[in-house]
Amino acid sequence: MPWLNRNFRRELKGYALTFTCALIAIMLTAAIITFLSWKGLSVFYVHKVSLTNIFSVDWWPDRPPEAGGPQVGILTFMFGSVVTSILAALVSAPFGVTVAVFMAEISPRLGQRVLQPVIELLAGIPSVVYGYIGLSILVPFIRNNLGGTGFSLLAGVLVLAVMILPTIASVSTDALRALPRSLKEAAFALGATRWQAIRMVLLPTARAGILMGVILGLARAFGEALAVQMVIGNKREIPHSILDPLITLTSGITMDMGNTVQGSLWNDTLWFMATILLVISFFFILVIRMLGRKGAVR
Amino acid sequence: MKAQVKDKLATGSFYFGAGLVVLLLFSLLVYIILHGYQAIDLDFLLSEPETLRAGGGIGPNIFNSFYLLFLSMALTAPLGILGGIYLAEYARQNSLTNLIRLSIEALTSLPSIVVGLFGLLVFVTMFGFGYSLVAGALALTVINLPLMVRVTEENLRTVPGELREASLSLGATKWQTICRVVLPSALPGLITGVIIAAGRVFGEAAALLFTAGMTTPHLDFTQLDLLHPTSPWNPFRPGETLAVHIWKINSEALIPDIRRVADGSAAVLVLIVLSFNLLARWLARRFSTRLAGK
Repeated sequence: MPWLNRNFRRELKGYALTFTCALIAIMLTAAIITFLSWKGLSVFYVHKVSLTNIFSVDWWPDRPPEAGGPQVGILTFMFGSVVTSILAALVSAPFGVTVAVFMAEISPRLGQRVLQPVIELLAGIPSVVYGYIGLSILVPFIRNNLGGTGFSLLAGVLVLAVMILPTIASVSTDALRALPRSLKEAAFALGATRWQAIRMVLLPTARAGILMGVILGLARAFGEALAVQMVIGNKREIPHSILDPLITLTSGITMDMGNTVQGSLWNDTLWFMATILLVISFFFILVIRMLGRKGAVR
Repeated sequence: MKAQVKDKLATGSFYFGAGLVVLLLFSLLVYIILHGYQAIDLDFLLSEPETLRAGGGIGPNIFNSFYLLFLSMALTAPLGILGGIYLAEYARQNSLTNLIRLSIEALTSLPSIVVGLFGLLVFVTMFGFGYSLVAGALALTVINLPLMVRVTEENLRTVPGELREASLSLGATKWQTICRVVLPSALPGLITGVIIAAGRVFGEAAALLFTAGMTTPHLDFTQLDLLHPTSPWNPFRPGETLAVHIWKINSEALIPDIRRVADGSAAVLVLIVLSFNLLARWLARRFSTRLAGK
């Protein structure tokens, strides 16, 4: 039967084709890890920079040795990234959870018709537009009403908080919707009001899922580059107040990658910062996987 | 009584919080569109950007954005859909499948600036493409591929198993079943997925700064030689997209009318992304009523 043969060949071809495409994901990930760490770690194996140098707050990559340079400490950048993203997640989380509870419990109908599209549109606005709005509204507002130049930690935190709100809201909504109905019914049967049921039963049970949403938001904030770079002032110093300018890993890379010579110590330090970003984003995945497993077991 | 009062208060504050978020989106959109409205006219949409003088437009940038989107979707859609088919139809529960899923998760959560740097290192420098649309399209593919795979897999899983069984029992092979039964019935979801993915990469900038570049050569639309440096269709020329243009004029431009150009560009960008979103919603609704037999 020759037709069977032909179909069998097609079957194999189809399998091979789809399998190869699925393998591309693994190959890409492996390539990204290999190439970025090879380039990023060249600060150690080409430039022989010491660990105490790179993990310090001194940043004079262009000073000659006579003047105490070159120092390529990236702690200022790391501090900036950590502080902006954590504060943004803290500002955004209450709003995100409020929206989630509203959509899942208070008014699913309005949630479906109004809030769901609103959240999707917020998620769809490109990050440069958020940065530009921050630059043209937030920065002048802070300058005129709170002081400083306006380019500040505060501006960065607010821009990021709006940007990650959709992530936190939609993941938390899913977590709340996945709870069995019987939980809420049991709470009501015991005489709890809706607020008591939400506060004492639903939110604590969905804790792992909500935390997952907040961490996904945190990861997004940590990796965001341009929106942050446009509003935080990019001053390579540890800020003393929320009105001070600062710099983050991503904005540091954006600022200098195009202006430094390939292969120079300065340039390679930027690649090292990118490697750190990569490691941290993998760390976030690990945390989220652990939370997912914990949520599944409960 | 006290618990009831608290309950009312809580409900009120949930309405307040939700209303605040709606108001936020509404005022953002109104701000962008009102400011953009004053800047946009036909000349602005068609003319080339200026580097020193006022009066520049965003014509080539709009073209670059769409062309880059097309190039990257031409790669992402087939690769992503095939990969999704594997995960939904063929993959077994084993460590290789787990590794594929982990990689997809890892790619999804990569910061886009990191993807841009990978593109700079591999596509621009090692492959020797230079700052070019092709390098930009490849970087966008890295960003979008995991999304496309996930959307495909989710959509194929919603296809009822009876359909597959019916097709198999009629003597079709698995591949025939996938091509002629499963894919067509998942098509509406796939199209919506492609459009959502398109809207997402349309506004991407960080991954393009160091891949597609921040300049555009003078484009000559009468030039039909595909590889000529002034040909708009030449994939090996650099091309600054609309999103990158917004960032660049705000951070390093010398033109006197930055606000006007930035307002106009932001409005155009948001309107295009918005229409992608609305198109996807409209199609999804249309398909679902058609499938329900109405």
